[in-house]
Amino acid sequence: MQNSPVPPLLRLEGLSKSFGPVHALSDVDLTIRAGEVTALCGDNGAGKSVLIKCISGIFTPDAGTLYWNGKPESISTPKDANELGIQTVYQDLALADNLDIVQNMFLGRELTRHLALDEDSMERQAAATLASLSVTTVRSIRQPVASLSGGQRQAVAVAKAVMWNSKLVIMDEPTAALGVAQTAMVLKLVTQLASRGLAVILISHNLNDVFSVANSIAVLYLGTLAAHEPASSLTRQKVVELMTAGTLHHGIPQEERDHGSA
Amino acid sequence: MAVHSTTPRTPEHEVAPQPGNPTSPADATFGSYAHDTWRKIITGESGVLPVVVGLIVIGILFQTANNNFLSPGNIVNLLVQGSVFMLLAMGEVFALLLGEIDLSIGFVAGISGIIAAELVKGTIGWPVWLALLIALLAATAIGAIQGTIITRLGLPSFVVTLAGLLAWQGVMLMILGNGGTLPINNAFFNGIANASIPPLWGWLIMGIAVALYALLIWSREHRRRSSGLVAPPSSITWLKIAGIAAAGIALLLIANANRGILFPIEGLPWVVLLVLGVLALWSVLLGRTAYGRYVYAVGGNAEAARRAGIGLANIRTIAFACSGFTAGIAGIVYASRLQSVSTNLDGGQLVLYAVAAAVIGGTSLFGGHGKALHAVLGGIVIAAIYNGMGLLGLSAALQYVVTALVLLAAVTVDSLARRGRAA
Repeated sequence: MQNSPVPPLLRLEGLSKSFGPVHALSDVDLTIRAGEVTALCGDNGAGKSVLIKCISGIFTPDAGTLYWNGKPESISTPKDANELGIQTVYQDLALADNLDIVQNMFLGRELTRHLALDEDSMERQAAATLASLSVTTVRSIRQPVASLSGGQRQAVAVAKAVMWNSKLVIMDEPTAALGVAQTAMVLKLVTQLASRGLAVILISHNLNDVFSVANSIAVLYLGTLAAHEPASSLTRQKVVELMTAGTLHHGIPQEERDHGSA
Repeated sequence: MAVHSTTPRTPEHEVAPQPGNPTSPADATFGSYAHDTWRKIITGESGVLPVVVGLIVIGILFQTANNNFLSPGNIVNLLVQGSVFMLLAMGEVFALLLGEIDLSIGFVAGISGIIAAELVKGTIGWPVWLALLIALLAATAIGAIQGTIITRLGLPSFVVTLAGLLAWQGVMLMILGNGGTLPINNAFFNGIANASIPPLWGWLIMGIAVALYALLIWSREHRRRSSGLVAPPSSITWLKIAGIAAAGIALLLIANANRGILFPIEGLPWVVLLVLGVLALWSVLLGRTAYGRYVYAVGGNAEAARRAGIGLANIRTIAFACSGFTAGIAGIVYASRLQSVSTNLDGGQLVLYAVAAAVIGGTSLFGGHGKALHAVLGGIVIAAIYNGMGLLGLSAALQYVVTALVLLAAVTVDSLARRGRAA
């Protein structure tokens, strides 16, 4: 994977982060490429959240370097991350229920004309972004977010994230609270982002979801990177093993099945 | 996922990234618009329907009990009586939108009235405009200080403004002395709530206001229609303009009728124009500016607003300052109407009426939903109950009970609408 002459979009080298005596992340190397979905797996407490918070500027790593397009960068605030083109869609989505879709997508970055809000331009851009993501099931983009289904809300949150010239979208458990049809729609959205040339980091507990969209899978185990392999070279069984044991015991695949229907 | 899709789903390769709404046709018909409006009303999104129905019911009830209720003289009287409620309630809307409350605005209004009255009285004799300006600045500053304490120290607004209620009442008593009254002898000051616009001027001002509104709304919706965005059909645009024009004409016909008994009195009281001006100002601020958008966002989901990079403390502090400023206007109107300020001013009761008016009008107590218009409509309801029961010679005790019942009904409607939205 390293023989490409173009530097990867994001490369983490030796990333470490401790909270007092707890080593949340130790010496993690990870490469994220544009146009690919990288799934981040790991058991609770494996360090997934800490890792994405280091990338999105909420935590500052204790050690390690972050290369953005081959250049070392330091991200110390969420704003730094946004300026590089990193957007994070958190599990709670951070949408204001009382505002409509357009208002939410432009929240904090409203377009104005002579001090007044330029509703028309915002509505046009929001509609174009939603259309480019093939989000076509909303009745009106002027309806309050409160009236949307879970999948539609997720779609609005993703559209909000990609509208700002983003290059990397991090999604934290986007399908955790969704039904079957809505999950399918969100996964379609994830592949769509990658096919637009964005890099996507997908955090998920659901291995069905991971295997249906991910190009590569990174597994964290107790703060270390247990593996980062193309999805085609892994199986569900192996990922579960990596998540629970941190290594692969090649000899005994059948017995390990008890560990996880995660 | 196909829960809301009434239109057939478009295959993804056919959806080109182009301007325009992805689903709804841009040329909405009259019928579909009416349908959408109805849906908004039943889900409690529009907010004003219950209060308008309530006003009609109140009008019919009192008119059948006493046929003076809907006489031009009484309607104008009612609007003047209600102006203090409407103004205070508009101030309260800022706090309610954030999901906070401001209990101090009744006595902040009192302080504003006292400052203005003190500065224009003979021994000081400042020009009236300067006196009013300083009173408004003081009220704004009080709101800003209370807002700063709430946001920077992280204290509950309920407690901070309750302290404000007590403190400003104390300051008022200190200035006025026990049982004191401060008369106002300035003609302009007293004219704010007691003088009327000459009928011809009234028509002129109303004509200009309606024409401006028509121009704004027509150009906005025409621009949206011609650029392919979702817009109501032009029949709706004309209906809105006709509705505003009809309301303006009706108001002026009522106000310009002679309502005097011994000598002719006619014309729209200036204070009604003042209330409409404040309504226009706050409607634009809340509905058309980024600041207003942030107020709604903070009230709807403060965490989302924070992550969007919105400075919560500033938005909240400015909202409390706006609340204080509006209370300052209310205080000046209150003093002007009574041509004096006295210790009879019960700011505690005024603020309760203000909260009641805002909520009756359709503003949510839970934050994020509300408009300045709600405060005006709710203020009219309270004034109508007050005035109608007075006409019928019913006791003050009964007035309190009825106002309480209306408030309970309004909060119930708000709560049900909230559940409807969440579902």
